[in-house]
Amino acid sequence: MGHTIAEKILINHSNLKNISPGQFIDCDIDLIMVHEQLGGRIHKEYEKLGIDYVWDPDKIFFILDHWIPAPTISAAQMHQDCRKFAEKYKFIHNFGYQLDRGICHQVLPEMGFARPGMLIVGSDSHSTTYGAFNCLGTGIGATDVSVVFATGKLWFKVPESFKIMISGEFKKGVMAKDFILTLIGDISTKGAIYKSLEFHGHGAKTLSIDGRMTVSNMVVEAGAKFGIFIPDNKLESWLANRTRESYKLINPDNDSVYEKIFEYNLSEITPVVAKPSDPGNLAGIEEVQGIEIDQAFLGSCTNGRMEDLLIAAKILKGNTVDPNTRLIIIPASKEIYKEAIQKGLIEIFINAGAVIGNCTCGPCIGGHLGVLGPEEICISSTNRNFKGRMGHPTSEVYLASPATVAYSALRGKISDPREVL
Amino acid sequence: MEKIVGFAYILGDDINTDDIVPSHTLTMRDTDEMAKYTLEFIDPNFTKNIDQGNIIIAGENFGTGSSREEAVNVFKVLGIKTIIAKSFARIYFRNLINLGIPGITLNWDEKNFSKGDNLEISLIQGLIFNKTKGVKLEFERLPKFLTIILEEGGILNQLKKKLEK
Repeated sequence: MGHTIAEKILINHSNLKNISPGQFIDCDIDLIMVHEQLGGRIHKEYEKLGIDYVWDPDKIFFILDHWIPAPTISAAQMHQDCRKFAEKYKFIHNFGYQLDRGICHQVLPEMGFARPGMLIVGSDSHSTTYGAFNCLGTGIGATDVSVVFATGKLWFKVPESFKIMISGEFKKGVMAKDFILTLIGDISTKGAIYKSLEFHGHGAKTLSIDGRMTVSNMVVEAGAKFGIFIPDNKLESWLANRTRESYKLINPDNDSVYEKIFEYNLSEITPVVAKPSDPGNLAGIEEVQGIEIDQAFLGSCTNGRMEDLLIAAKILKGNTVDPNTRLIIIPASKEIYKEAIQKGLIEIFINAGAVIGNCTCGPCIGGHLGVLGPEEICISSTNRNFKGRMGHPTSEVYLASPATVAYSALRGKISDPREVL
Repeated sequence: MEKIVGFAYILGDDINTDDIVPSHTLTMRDTDEMAKYTLEFIDPNFTKNIDQGNIIIAGENFGTGSSREEAVNVFKVLGIKTIIAKSFARIYFRNLINLGIPGITLNWDEKNFSKGDNLEISLIQGLIFNKTKGVKLEFERLPKFLTIILEEGGILNQLKKKLEK
């Protein structure tokens, strides 16, 4: 019997020739990403092991992104603990001092660390983002991170795979975010618990790398373990600018087995939102347009990329944000920030009345740079709208595409971006 | 492995990691202090209402969201012995086992459990005995290697022993 992409990559990282869903296996990890969690539980737990080494300091990618620069004393102390640990164990890819770099899930691929066929884990649930690069990426907790630091291995349950067949192309004003929100709404936030989602078809190839990252990023909101794209020329040319390391593209076997198959035509997708307080609480833009907003946020590991900033600039150019609404824009990385300056996007945003934040997760987790007050409503390009996620427990978050966020900011209420695009 | 005994505390569906550990507490260095905020937005009296040794009975998709292991550790700090849920989010389930807290998957309904029911659980037999209601419920036993992790009090205890050999 043939294998899916997830099965093939897991086989390549185990000492087995054949595996099947439900089986428990041990795998060698290619790379582990850690962020502030290093200064949370990880460093304390790891010290309990009583060893003075990590398995491979060259296979650890460490960056700070959630609370940078530190907005509180406790965050500053957490950063100190992180840096101490990274120095003690001689991490090679240590970006603990470089607060200008950006958000982990953007910076790691930009630097060529996510390549086809790899098995990557991270101390962040959105590590599924790396699936856009035809590799396996998934999130783990602090204790699992400690196990990997010590041994370079982790146990996995081989997941069943869902095949998502995508055809067609987006119409104007519709983005990858609308597609993934639609998918999560359709299958629910528990519809893919423990599953590997594999994105196939011509429609998948029409998505930009930026768009694929948005899709892979949010598969975890449906409970999935992986969200992997079939490789193509677009991926290869992206990688050509990012890495000199060799890699092998991974395609599934022709007779690979899928637990479920879903079909989507991108031309049928329309702008949507996830209403409070569940990423699967899907609504068409028609249902929610007109809801007044206090804040609009464009950024995060889900949607702070060049494609996102470009469409926002197109909408905001020559206009100003509604006087009763605050717009916050945060590029996901320094590379994107610099390109946005060169392209004149930042000037457009500033002229429109937006506040530009440094590259951080910031408002997405209610951390800093745009925390919501009681009963405030925010439209956000981020990934989670749980109760109190971005601030006060009575605040409400609507998840939407960058186009919808930008146009809603102009109008001061949730609005359909197709009106201006 | 000894039987687990305790009293039921009922929670709903889709309890997420931000519910369990609100983000504003995540940078706290003192885990006892962090645990005071457990479920503060959805069950403000939770920490007052539970006792050492309570067993949480939850609905679908328990622990959905972030990878933050604090969302397991606060329950550990509060003395929760076991969590029974209709389903668990993937990362959350791993975090439970890794910290030595059994996660039991069981499709239950309100006839099976009420708040305060006296429960006795055998992981080896895959059996929950609700002494208050006089009913026995079977669940799918955990794979043996996960049970061993629980017996050793978590995966780091197990790893430490291996490294010392």
